[in-house]
Amino acid sequence: MKAAPFDYMRVASIDETCKALAEAGDDARLIAGGQTLVPLMAMRMARPSLLIDINGIEELTGIAVEGDELVIKACTRQADTLASDIVREACPLLADALSHVGHTQTRNRGTVGGSLCNADPSAEIPLIARTLDATMTARSAAGERRIAAADFFDFAMTTSLEPQECLTEVRFPIWRDPDTGHGFHEVSIRDSDFALAAAAAQATLDAAGNCTRLNVAIGGASPTAMRLGPVEAALTGTDLSDEAIKDASAVIADLVEPQGDVHANADYRRRVVRVMAIRAIASARDEAKE
Amino acid sequence: MSEHTIKLTVNGREMEGRAEARTTLVDFLRDALDLTGTHVGCEHGVCGACSVVMDGVPVRSCLIYAVQAEGAQITTVEGLEGADGALSPLQDAFWENHAMQCGYCTPGMLIATHALLQENPDPDDEAIREAIGGNLCRCTGYQQIVEAVKMAAAKMRGA
Repeated sequence: MKAAPFDYMRVASIDETCKALAEAGDDARLIAGGQTLVPLMAMRMARPSLLIDINGIEELTGIAVEGDELVIKACTRQADTLASDIVREACPLLADALSHVGHTQTRNRGTVGGSLCNADPSAEIPLIARTLDATMTARSAAGERRIAAADFFDFAMTTSLEPQECLTEVRFPIWRDPDTGHGFHEVSIRDSDFALAAAAAQATLDAAGNCTRLNVAIGGASPTAMRLGPVEAALTGTDLSDEAIKDASAVIADLVEPQGDVHANADYRRRVVRVMAIRAIASARDEAKE
Repeated sequence: MSEHTIKLTVNGREMEGRAEARTTLVDFLRDALDLTGTHVGCEHGVCGACSVVMDGVPVRSCLIYAVQAEGAQITTVEGLEGADGALSPLQDAFWENHAMQCGYCTPGMLIATHALLQENPDPDDEAIREAIGGNLCRCTGYQQIVEAVKMAAAKMRGA
């Protein structure tokens, strides 16, 4: 399995990247970590005529807190993000999810932005972006725009980025309330395999233990990670008792239309994704109470 | 289609070769630099047989094009042995525990666990299993590999 021939260029800045994208045809591709693109090219499911290598662009790497947002530059390696104390502190849900992403070898190369742009329905980083309403910043020669996660993930493996655009960063809102907890649960065949079903939740409780804020999303059971608006609405204001969570989550089976494959059929995914959501919400509640 | 001259440091030696852009790092190491210790397995990032250390961390050399490794510091399985050609404590422990059957996955297993021991001199079973989670052994000789890594770790700590 060898990739078809292509041209290769390395760029040193975001401006250079945008210029290269503007000048290249629509079949040029950016390469960041390459942990999905290179296999796709080996199998010739992707056949770009030109690879524009954005590894090594300093302004595309880094992790920082800006106001109430955790900002991760697009080319930051997953391994560095997982090891970051800033991420663990500002967005522990993302840190938890990252430990399920790939293996040591792939996390050392794979990037946060690459995973977002790849938009795999089972991938953890897009799931957390959707759960927390992250914002993506995209740049092209025409300028910069911000895209909410709800508008970024169009379909499986498809985002709303234009061919001439480069994702430059992702911004995760930080929940400052100390009575906040998070939960992340997934089922996969082996540790680090793609999730058959996954769920992420973040909740804030008031002094009486009632839920004032809840975000929940699931992955692996729909073409993109899916926010569970009806579950959030049903549970906000409750004490998040096991019973309440279970009742509110019954609707999930009707919300999803999972695809079956060789690893798990659609019925299994529909059932297990509901269980993952229940566990994620319960974990978020338990942590918020601590 | 572009062809490139690639200069990089492999096992402490500066090396140079030419390759098409589409040549993966593992094919470049084996075919252009004659370093055939690194094995080609699945060629699409599933098996881990091609693991090498690049700029201090283990990566899959089938998922990096050689041209991307310009200027990089690479350690392959050939770089693990001592200057006198003796097996490293880790390699010796693999031999001692018979931590291989067919041996195909062995270079990747050695690189993955070498990188682990650089970072964590006293890994428990779980850390070792996590470190080789991205490396397939189809003979399923995982148990001996875990034993070997523990033995090597103890020896390297002077325990």
